[in-house]
Amino acid sequence: MTDLVVAAGGDEVASARMSLRDLAAEAVAGIFARPGRTVLTVLGTVLGIGALVATLGVAKTAGNQIVGRFDELAATSVVVTNEQGFFFGPGGDSRVEIPADADSRLLRLNGVTAAGSFGSVDVGGALVRSVPIPDPLAQTEFQMSVYAASPGLLGAVRGDLTTGRWFDSGHSERGDRVVILGTGAAQRLNVTRVDQQPVVFIGEDAFVVIGILDTVLRQPELLNGVIMPEGTARQDYGYQSATTVQVDVEIGAASLIAEQAAIALSPNEPDLLRVQKPPEPQDLRRDVEGDVNALFLVLGGVSLLVGAIGIANVTLVSVLERIGEIGLRRALGAARRHVAGQFLMESTAMGLVGGIIGASLGVLLVVAISAARTWTPVLDPIVPLAAPLVGAVTGLVAGLYPALRAAALEPVEALRSG
Amino acid sequence: MITNEPVVELRGVSRTFAAGDVSVPALVDVSMKVNRGEYVAVVGPSGSGKSTMLNLLGLLDRPTEGTYLFEGIDTSTLDEGQRAGLRSRRIGFVFQSFHLLAHRTVIENVMLSTIYNGMPRADRVPSAETSLLRVGLGSRMDFLPTRLSGGERQRVAIARALVIRPALLLADEPTGNLDSATGGAVLGLFDEFRADGLTLVVVTHDTEVSAHADRAIHLRDGRIEAIT
Repeated sequence: MTDLVVAAGGDEVASARMSLRDLAAEAVAGIFARPGRTVLTVLGTVLGIGALVATLGVAKTAGNQIVGRFDELAATSVVVTNEQGFFFGPGGDSRVEIPADADSRLLRLNGVTAAGSFGSVDVGGALVRSVPIPDPLAQTEFQMSVYAASPGLLGAVRGDLTTGRWFDSGHSERGDRVVILGTGAAQRLNVTRVDQQPVVFIGEDAFVVIGILDTVLRQPELLNGVIMPEGTARQDYGYQSATTVQVDVEIGAASLIAEQAAIALSPNEPDLLRVQKPPEPQDLRRDVEGDVNALFLVLGGVSLLVGAIGIANVTLVSVLERIGEIGLRRALGAARRHVAGQFLMESTAMGLVGGIIGASLGVLLVVAISAARTWTPVLDPIVPLAAPLVGAVTGLVAGLYPALRAAALEPVEALRSG
Repeated sequence: MITNEPVVELRGVSRTFAAGDVSVPALVDVSMKVNRGEYVAVVGPSGSGKSTMLNLLGLLDRPTEGTYLFEGIDTSTLDEGQRAGLRSRRIGFVFQSFHLLAHRTVIENVMLSTIYNGMPRADRVPSAETSLLRVGLGSRMDFLPTRLSGGERQRVAIARALVIRPALLLADEPTGNLDSATGGAVLGLFDEFRADGLTLVVVTHDTEVSAHADRAIHLRDGRIEAIT
């Protein structure tokens, strides 16, 4: 550096230069000058980024878990009820809620494996008993729900009989006085076998028990009731129509059948019927992810904001503390942009480090939660990769104002006050 | 090529500060020259414009009127980056309060001025070592400044100013924070530098300091009162 700057007519005076490597080295030295403070400063970003990554990971993992728990039973069930109105029956004189031929209408739909309808029968408060002789020591008469069901209901609720048989359309058409007892009802009435054709009385009317219903996978209220064929109920009790249709569908057909069932049963006014279908797994997953995300992303965002304010604050304090150093650097030939660059780099590096640590902790947290719940941890690969970047940008933004303050300092005053 | 121009030439330089609606003149119509190899003291009571003069000479501030030629270059034609570049290559600063970075070793402090100066990385350590040896701190290179005495700290600052081999060494009250013995050692160094041909401008209110100089420019109320 012995060459002298030449006067007018000579070479152009060169501007101050500083290599990026030197700038980075100065920034790193600045960060490590006060390690304790740097750690505390970085902590805010660590928490913010960690919360964000953990949130996204847990939401994704939990959402995925929904699919793992995908309930085959629920996914194949469609229930149609009528809560709003009546149709006029075939003769135009009776008002029905569900058409009497609901089963066969639905069975025609592709994807329906079984369909059955049922409704409560008004027996006028009659009690149910199994023996005509009163026993003074025990209760022998019970108030019980009496249902009328279509022959297809057994398959639609996926029921099993302990003993005996389910009635068929013949029983219904003839109005045979036969009943099926739910297992709860059978126990109370002390009926365990049907081979000797036991009889139960509803009020004074005798019905032959032809089967005992052991379990149902849907509509469990049937287990405590007395179930008779629709035709019988119509004939003896003025039963009008079923109120509920249970449909068993093939996996994946639920949405389609739910849409078609109402039209099949009530072509003129499908809106009168209420169709319950299982939630779509995709929807469910999105809902869960959405719920978890909405809550915790706000928390993560807030902690990230706090982290950014922390970095801004500390960088600003650091600028004020290092006014003398800034003046010195300016005197040594640092341009304003070098000073601004150094502080920006320091804050960005702190944000970056916070982002890396936060992302690591977030991933660990997701794995830990998954392990505790025996879930499979799922995380978008972009999340842990983008997190340090978000941290760096946070640091950059946070450092903007302090860096500009530092660059705006007049070296003269800066040297005095330092 | 070596020019014969004065290192510093001020022609009718004024510097006025605006304080609200009032403008306060700090320097009024100052003309002076400092030739290569000269040792000049700028003296005067506080408020006389010494610091303004120092900042102008060090290219840390611009005159509001007049022309400042540094090594023959009209500095008013330079932008901020060029002025910073000139500072980093041609001007060494020594401050009253040393301004060493407390968390860096002595040699790192000296090397600080080389990073803005474009000195090749490989030359930095040897240059800094040479410079520290020159001020007699060869055995303190890896110390932190906090372990040094005031006189030693100021000598580190002087080494930092010298490492870029400046055309002009500007010192602002270099002995202001030192006792007379260590201050004397610093002044002894300055005498040696002058003997080596370095151009020095020392701003001080201390007459003992100005006594070492070839010339003393006395400022009062922003004007040159006398040159002795």
